[in-house]
Amino acid sequence: MSVDLNKLTIEEALKGLSNGDFSSVDLVKSSLNTISEKEGDIHAYLEIFNDAIEQAKKADEERKNGGKGMLLGIPLAVKDNILIEGRRVTAASKILEGYVAPYDATVIKQLKKEGAIFIGRTNMDEFAMGGSTENSAFGVTKNPHDLSRVAGGSSGGSAAAVAMGSVLGALGSDTGGSIRQPASLCGVVGLKTTYGSVSRFGLMAMGSSLDQIGPFAKTVGDAEILFKAISGYDKMDSTSLPDDFYKTESKKEKLVIGVPRNFIFTEGIDKEVLSNFEKSLNLLEKSGAEIKDIDLPSLKHSLAVYYILMPAEASTNLARFDGVRFGLSEDGGDVLGSYMKTRGDGFGREVRRRIMLGAYVLSSGYYDAYYNKANGVRALISDDFEKAFSSVDVIATPTSPVPAFKIGEKSEDPLAMYLADIFTVPVNLAGVPAISIPSGFTEEKLPLGIQFIAGHGGEETLFDLGKKFESIRE
Amino acid sequence: MKKEDLDKLAKLSRLSLTDEEKEKLALEFDSILGYVSEIEKVSVGERVLEAGLLRNVMREDGEPHESGLYTEAILNNAPDTEDGYLKVKQVF
Repeated sequence: MSVDLNKLTIEEALKGLSNGDFSSVDLVKSSLNTISEKEGDIHAYLEIFNDAIEQAKKADEERKNGGKGMLLGIPLAVKDNILIEGRRVTAASKILEGYVAPYDATVIKQLKKEGAIFIGRTNMDEFAMGGSTENSAFGVTKNPHDLSRVAGGSSGGSAAAVAMGSVLGALGSDTGGSIRQPASLCGVVGLKTTYGSVSRFGLMAMGSSLDQIGPFAKTVGDAEILFKAISGYDKMDSTSLPDDFYKTESKKEKLVIGVPRNFIFTEGIDKEVLSNFEKSLNLLEKSGAEIKDIDLPSLKHSLAVYYILMPAEASTNLARFDGVRFGLSEDGGDVLGSYMKTRGDGFGREVRRRIMLGAYVLSSGYYDAYYNKANGVRALISDDFEKAFSSVDVIATPTSPVPAFKIGEKSEDPLAMYLADIFTVPVNLAGVPAISIPSGFTEEKLPLGIQFIAGHGGEETLFDLGKKFESIRE
Repeated sequence: MKKEDLDKLAKLSRLSLTDEEKEKLALEFDSILGYVSEIEKVSVGERVLEAGLLRNVMREDGEPHESGLYTEAILNNAPDTEDGYLKVKQVF
């Protein structure tokens, strides 16, 4: 039986599998066909697992025996910073070349339990630092909609893998927009989950007070299925929250959507992004939502706060790469020399830059002015969100200030690249969930996305609104 | 940023950097630090400073896993080992 994975959602594939219209082996064959056809141009993957068909055979067998896994036989891709036992994993860094994961990340354990199939590990900015995958040590991922442009980042490989039709869903990680921004640039759905809702055990840490794992999918319904499969309390992650930690309100008939206009309509935001956003708001209003102007005065400081706290946390987290316990090891004469040579050679330019920046803002004399102050302003940003959510159910912004940009356009100017995180970063600082959903195209046929943000634990609200938006968008 | 400051930071960060990269970083640092310094002007007032949602997560110290269960998988990733230990350069 031949089946075209590209034309299916997870929901449809599960129906087809359970009806016996096709097998998981058929799905995986279609996936591998698409990869052999398009991967040479796009480079979404760092490795295609050679046992994918074997995994599918097992899933088909299990289904025959009454297996009921939520994702039984569904092909997925995984970002290269999430551990799968016995497989290589590098965070797209030379410093981890050859490293083999000694255990499963909790999210992988959960996906395995539900019967998912892993097709391969996807390209990313090295250690998730970047917004374009140009910082991968193994080459850039290209946007399936325009091969001269970036797929976004840092989870650009996962976004492109879904957008090119090679898998039905993928996992990414989001520290300042690394799921939502590439989802927007590639025209797929991406969900940044509530801080503490999905275990990070087995995710390589970048900014521990910000990092969160989440899904990519073609539809909001599919993202919801993946979220249900990977979320839940995990004793192995001390930041994991009990399932009923946040009290969520019951469904509302009429949603109130807050729009922080002073924050969004500013210099440097692409005109087509803004006009598409206005159009989406009009559609939502016509469909019965109330659109309300809100003011989030502290949000304008989000990027400054983020580019202090994230490097501080990253420089601490990346201290573990010392050339002694795992990964690359270079001889630099003595102990200190070997540390310095291993890390200097093994880390790429952006990673070295952020480690240095982190060391700077944490060093004595600057600690209070930068790190402590940034934590204080972060609290003000959280307060802004909390206050807003007392009068609105959801906050809407564009996901990215610009559509997919040309490869090389921003790679020589770190600050220009950092500014592309403007709408996504505040969400991580506050720890709330947000989803990016395709909202149309530019005149050049580049995908655009809208971001919906809910209060802590408000994923259900995002799924409900997202499905509604999918049914009314142009 | 001055070259001596960058040298000191590189050493603190355990990174060997070429002079060329240091020159480039000095310029980039000036632009990035110039941008993030805007928070100096923000008044935080009495707001308590906190990093994320802080709670103590405790557990009973019991039920250890079987000794040596993960040793091989972990040591397999190490660049240099001897008799079940990580091998490092002479410290003194």
